[in-house]
Amino acid sequence: MDDNSVITVRDLRRRYGGSGSRGFDAVRGVTFSVRRGELFALLGTNGAGKTSTMEVLEGLAPPTQGEVRVLGRDPRRERALVRRRMGIMLQEGGFPADLTVAETGRMWAGTLSAPRPVGEALELVDLGHRAGVAVRSLSGGERRRLDLAMAILGRPEVLFLDEPTTGLDPESRRRTWLLIRELLESGTTVVLTTHYLEEAEELADRLAIMHQGRIVRMGTPAEVAAWQPARISFQLPEGWREPFPELAGMRVSVTGRGVMLQAEDLQRTLTALLEWAKSRDLVLGALDARSTSLEQAFLAVAASSGEPVNYNDNAKDVAA
Amino acid sequence: MSAGIVTMGSSRQSGHRIAALSRAEGVLLRRNRIALLTALALPAVMVFALKAAPAVVDAGGARGVGAMLLTGLTAFALLLAVYYNLVAALVARREELVLKRLRTGETTDAEILAGTAAPAIAIAWAQIAVATVAAVAVFGVAPPANAVLMLVALILGTAVFAVLAAASSAATRTVEMAQVTTLPVLTIPFAFSGLLFPLALLPEPLRWLAQALPLTPVVTLMRLGLTGTAADGHHLGMAATFGAAAIPVLVLAAWIAAGTWAARRWFRWEPRR
Repeated sequence: MDDNSVITVRDLRRRYGGSGSRGFDAVRGVTFSVRRGELFALLGTNGAGKTSTMEVLEGLAPPTQGEVRVLGRDPRRERALVRRRMGIMLQEGGFPADLTVAETGRMWAGTLSAPRPVGEALELVDLGHRAGVAVRSLSGGERRRLDLAMAILGRPEVLFLDEPTTGLDPESRRRTWLLIRELLESGTTVVLTTHYLEEAEELADRLAIMHQGRIVRMGTPAEVAAWQPARISFQLPEGWREPFPELAGMRVSVTGRGVMLQAEDLQRTLTALLEWAKSRDLVLGALDARSTSLEQAFLAVAASSGEPVNYNDNAKDVAA
Repeated sequence: MSAGIVTMGSSRQSGHRIAALSRAEGVLLRRNRIALLTALALPAVMVFALKAAPAVVDAGGARGVGAMLLTGLTAFALLLAVYYNLVAALVARREELVLKRLRTGETTDAEILAGTAAPAIAIAWAQIAVATVAAVAVFGVAPPANAVLMLVALILGTAVFAVLAAASSAATRTVEMAQVTTLPVLTIPFAFSGLLFPLALLPEPLRWLAQALPLTPVVTLMRLGLTGTAADGHHLGMAATFGAAAIPVLVLAAWIAAGTWAARRWFRWEPRR
């Protein structure tokens, strides 16, 4: 943990429902840190423990075990000191349905130490033209944006966003990304959960993939993506009997006519494969080559049993 | 947890935050204009309705009726405007995830509860003020024997029913359910408050039990303060009324402690899943 860490989490555990057999471990020993000014994304399937982790960072729940520091303080016991420097957008939160957007903003601003003007916050999420509309008349996406506006109303140093773009149309999602990037440029530290991989790829400086309460991969998006090898798949022609040759740096799996290659260096392996096919005058059916991607890394995790072990011999341990 | 009345911080910022929240609650109340007007007109209507029932007035004498009426309307305001309305408001804010959202801000838990409770309490006190004016105008109420005791009854009674509301909201899953879950607190303390029938009619152990209920001390203190009449019907001097007030005040303090404990233990900030 370097001195530049805004958030440090050490061996965090959270258990629901007591220590008996009916209890459930939602978070099973998670360690990471978030540096000033970066965006750290928590990825994972539903039930992976993202929100349970966030709630402890936000000071809303005590850890069952482990230690969490935000801005050098305990976010729960020193809530009053930490909160004024923090903005939170919950996965699910509400505002009184009969208040208008502007009234909601005024109420929230009235509870903050140093709020920015309500109109400015509403403009930032593109809700300025809806100021006089009752919250109950807003669309789901507009409610999410109102929630975001309230989270940034206090000019927070640290911003927690739990699935901020769920339910947004693509246009609003782009605009929200733009806003988050502007906040990052102005020095805000952001912790974000999402299950949109392109969102993490687009915004995250570093990310962690959680699965069944543990972090199974952590690093920059490129590092985490590189953990899974590139893949080439194709079908051999009917009745092909020749054994498959050794090609540069890859693993081969053959099921019937289908062949799947895993390549460290996609270009080299693909070139070797195509030259071999040309020399034999072979037509490779359904040829598909894809480079490493966060999506593949994520799907591999989601499909796994949950033990944080190597899923594959080529796996690079990029967990920082 | 005690709706902020007991544990409220004294800093200016804390007051600021409570004001911001209660202003929003106030906006919501004003949006329901008919309910608000009904709440404020009801006490006056009841005073005038009793005036039109000569049998009642003949039985007690106009001034006695005025004092009884004021005591009764205070009890109603605490039960309905404070207790019932606050249970409904807390459940509504909890179920629309507003309490959960508010807890992510700088506002402390006690401030959130105080901000939510303030408008309900303001309405209850406004009802009592309207009832007082109406009762004085229509029946002519004698100057109170001990106004301090009336104030004590009002403040402690409000605190008791506010913390009981916070505790009851934990057992109330929906706003509609509040009609059922509030019945025990609405009916039993009222039935044995001394308003429906004189508690002297009860056998000894039951009478003690009745005096330990949360509304009875409020009625006893109001009667002491208004007319200087003790529970057994004796007239007391100013100094003696303070002595007679000791036990009811202790009972109310015990209810505040018990209600605060229960609210701390069971209060829910977000819906059950």
